[in-house]
Amino acid sequence: MNTQFDSLTADHALEFPGGYTRSVGPVIGRFLTELRDGRLVGVRTADGRVLFPPVEYDTDGTAVTGEFVDVGPECVVGAYAWVPRPRPGHPLDRPFAWALITPDGADTAMLHVLDLGVFEPGAKPPKTLRAGLRVRPKWRAERTGTVGDIEAFRPDVTMINAPVRADYRLSAGRALSRFLGGVAEGRLLGHRCRVCGKVYVPMKGMCPVDGVPTTEEVEVPDTGTVTTFAVNNIPDPRAPDVPFVSAYVLLDGSDIAMVALVAGVPADQVRMGMRVRAAWRPREEWGQTMANIKWFEPTGEPDVPFDDIKDYL
Amino acid sequence: MNDIAVVAFAQTEHRGEDSGLSEVEMLAPVITEVKQSTGLSRFGFTCSGSLDYLAGAPFSFVSALDAVGAWPPISESHVEMDAAWALYEAWVRLRHGDIDTALVYGFGKSTQVVREDGESGLPELMTLQLDPYYLAPLGPDQTSLAALQARAYLDAGHKEDDLRAVAVRSRAAGRANPYALDLAEPGEEEYEVAPLRPSDCPPVTDGAAAIVLATGDRARELCERPAWIRGIDHRTDAHAFGARDLARSESAALAGEKAGARDVEVAELHARFSHEELILRDALGLGDDVRVNPSGGPLAADPVMATGLIRVGEAAARIRSGEAGRVLAHASHGPCLQSNLVCVMEA
Amino acid sequence: MGEACAVIGVGQTEYRSRRQDVSMAGLVREAALRALEDAGLTFGDIDAVVVGKAPDLFEGVMMPESYLADALGARGKPMMRVHTAGSVGGSTALVAAGLVQGGVHDRVLVVAWEKQSESNATWALSTHPPLTPSIVVGAGGYFAPHIRAYMRRTGAPAHIGTLVAVKDRRNALKNPYAHLRIPGISREMVESTPMLWEPIRYLETCPSSDGAAAMVLASADAARRAPNPPAWVHGGAMRSEPIFFAGRDTVNPRAGRDCAADVYAQAGITDPRGELDCAEVYVPFSWYEPMWLENLGFCGEGEGWKLTEAGATALDGDIPWNASGGVLSSNPIGASGLIRFAEAAQQVRGLAGEHQVDGARRALGHAYGGGAQFYAMWVVGSDRP
Repeated sequence: MNTQFDSLTADHALEFPGGYTRSVGPVIGRFLTELRDGRLVGVRTADGRVLFPPVEYDTDGTAVTGEFVDVGPECVVGAYAWVPRPRPGHPLDRPFAWALITPDGADTAMLHVLDLGVFEPGAKPPKTLRAGLRVRPKWRAERTGTVGDIEAFRPDVTMINAPVRADYRLSAGRALSRFLGGVAEGRLLGHRCRVCGKVYVPMKGMCPVDGVPTTEEVEVPDTGTVTTFAVNNIPDPRAPDVPFVSAYVLLDGSDIAMVALVAGVPADQVRMGMRVRAAWRPREEWGQTMANIKWFEPTGEPDVPFDDIKDYL
Repeated sequence: MNDIAVVAFAQTEHRGEDSGLSEVEMLAPVITEVKQSTGLSRFGFTCSGSLDYLAGAPFSFVSALDAVGAWPPISESHVEMDAAWALYEAWVRLRHGDIDTALVYGFGKSTQVVREDGESGLPELMTLQLDPYYLAPLGPDQTSLAALQARAYLDAGHKEDDLRAVAVRSRAAGRANPYALDLAEPGEEEYEVAPLRPSDCPPVTDGAAAIVLATGDRARELCERPAWIRGIDHRTDAHAFGARDLARSESAALAGEKAGARDVEVAELHARFSHEELILRDALGLGDDVRVNPSGGPLAADPVMATGLIRVGEAAARIRSGEAGRVLAHASHGPCLQSNLVCVMEA
Repeated sequence: MGEACAVIGVGQTEYRSRRQDVSMAGLVREAALRALEDAGLTFGDIDAVVVGKAPDLFEGVMMPESYLADALGARGKPMMRVHTAGSVGGSTALVAAGLVQGGVHDRVLVVAWEKQSESNATWALSTHPPLTPSIVVGAGGYFAPHIRAYMRRTGAPAHIGTLVAVKDRRNALKNPYAHLRIPGISREMVESTPMLWEPIRYLETCPSSDGAAAMVLASADAARRAPNPPAWVHGGAMRSEPIFFAGRDTVNPRAGRDCAADVYAQAGITDPRGELDCAEVYVPFSWYEPMWLENLGFCGEGEGWKLTEAGATALDGDIPWNASGGVLSSNPIGASGLIRFAEAAQQVRGLAGEHQVDGARRALGHAYGGGAQFYAMWVVGSDRP
């Protein structure tokens, strides 16, 4: 694939502010409450086994009995994985092991952290690490009712607000990089499809109707017509005021309307068919971003008749 | 019920670094390629697999429609799973008998998932698919969980050398495959997370793939040697690790049994870590005479959300080339081989 | 369409803005266990499970069906996850029905859900990624211009949206599961609420809900043994079109018209208003009722608002729309489409309770999503086709 083009990248974080609020229901809730009080409990299934950590259902979907059973604190290690170089999201910043841990009196295991002491980064697993190792929970002094109330398990004497964040470096792609490159020079670029002849601004590099690549570049002026719009009464950091108008603007020479702000006119005077022109920020503030255009403003030309825009709605 | 076959397959030359193309720009050429190779521009049904969390935004499948040419409107659906499950949905749809072709595609750009320190965040991203109460808050990453399963497998009486052998063979096969990454012969390596070394783990990969399915005479008309789907089935295991025997894959064994995983000459397995291949060989009853992952498999190219679909395409390609008469493709979904799909195809 | 398929069990949760009494698993099990009970079955009788929901960003759990496998009795069974934006509830039902129609399974459990209170819908639907050429201001900001275009094109008077908002909320008072239950709801009350995205007023929009809905779908053989009356699938279809393209009709999208035409052809319907007894249609903003009346062929172009104004779509009208209160009264996004499909089934099973349409024998279930570009629909009936 040809990669000889200027690709834009930008860092991006997907993070719900404040973290998700997870309601836990009666069974997980009971477990977490007991955990906060420093106790391990399992739940009994219809056929008499004890599930740990407790859930509302057995693995075949049948409901559990609702009888909670004290288990542990003595536990046994099953499968394990030694982590010589912890990752940023890991619970310890020094080598540790993940392990499946079954408390005495329970029939199933939970995944948790095994703390075998202080090791240098990259250390080999200690010889004590093996299936069958007896461990107990190491409780945090301040407990809040999450699985992290157990700091780790450690050998005998042995051992949820949910922030979710994912980070990205996103590429704009070939077409959008070219378009925003044009915007950085004050130009509005599009493509004409060789099959249907329609002009797309911004270009996509392909025609969504014909499913073919497009390459013929077209430059259009920064004037156009409002086809339809919304008057927004909910504040938005990108808009100058409340109310503000977000409109479909059909640029002259383009066959597809783009969504943009319309300002410089009271919201109640914006009309379908109104002629507008881009209001650019001062040239020294330009970057490779659509924010170079603050919004569109009326040109004062007569409105375009509805019949001329009705096929662009 | 109708005979259904794979009649076309295309994939990108997968990449280990960001090409700068958007997902839809990466996908479009493979759609074009399967359209050209079949001469079809419209399909009875279209189904895709992709993941919002890879794209870093909701509705990653919306812009992908631009690559398809969805006009006039098309009959279309999407799974938030590897595209092998999109292929399964299309196979079910073709069984209704009122349509005779289907387009399936999947795509993913794992290289975009970058931590603040600049390293790949893919292993951590996969933490988000875990039980949100008991597992995800602890932050176990994909590689650590794979190592946990590898340990369980070794403790059940297997040798670490067997893992090395899988890694060496997969990378060598990948170097011979123009679509896979060019990864060096594994040398002396530190453990990533013991017992897994870096070459036992999948490379971060961008890529896309597309397949066309067709029924009966239509398939014979579109392709000289269609790969007929003789059985396809998928099964899931429990999510709670503590409720599973991690050294085995019951769900893969069950799916294999239902799909008729017998007497195959070639198997393409969605084994993203070396030990997963060994667990799957056991579950599917694949003997030493079966060629496994001649493409190099996921250890040589792992474009997440397309990797499983590519297994179907690669296995079908062995039929089309005449190399094999009966092949198996496998795809996996969820942590530690939780769900498994098996597709058996014949000439 | 393949083998016959019937709905033999329906289960819904109570829809609320915050279902803080349950975990995610508890929420989906509430719906699933009610559907199984209706069908006289247990998880052990189910062959496959199909799960649908809208973006995973709502709960911050990626591909949560893996985690839910245990809670839904899916161990050892096939399980799939569908995601087609707002239409997903409908698509999920069609994928599940497809498994029966394709002769693959006899009893399929389909569940769709959303627990929106774990985060915030506005955030999850528009995460403002960098490098974008346009600005879209939430779902209301996206749809308001299309509603304005509809009003301009048809000359519909401004109070039509208000009428729908009142009608659907009155219906919701008869539905024990509904989220928004506003005693004494009236035109004056709706008109006194602020314009959020003119021409859309606050009470003309849907709420954000937590909730799940489930159905058991069965082959003819399995349906024969069901304890309660079945609803037979007479037709089902999905259609998609690109979100932005030159010449797109966003007011009356062709994908919706084509999808409806496909479903009616399968069901042998030529006059939907005359031959259907009721419809559950995805109306998240009140103006979409008249728009979809036209799109779905219940009247000619430009006539939809007249049907609404004449009361044709009221519970006592000739073609009741959204007797359950619809999306305007309960909206756990990923489940909303499945709820439409399930409520249509309940009507023809005669099990819709207080909001039952008398003598309903054929009903339409409808869902749409994305930029009004993804459609899923089915027609169900009391009689086996």
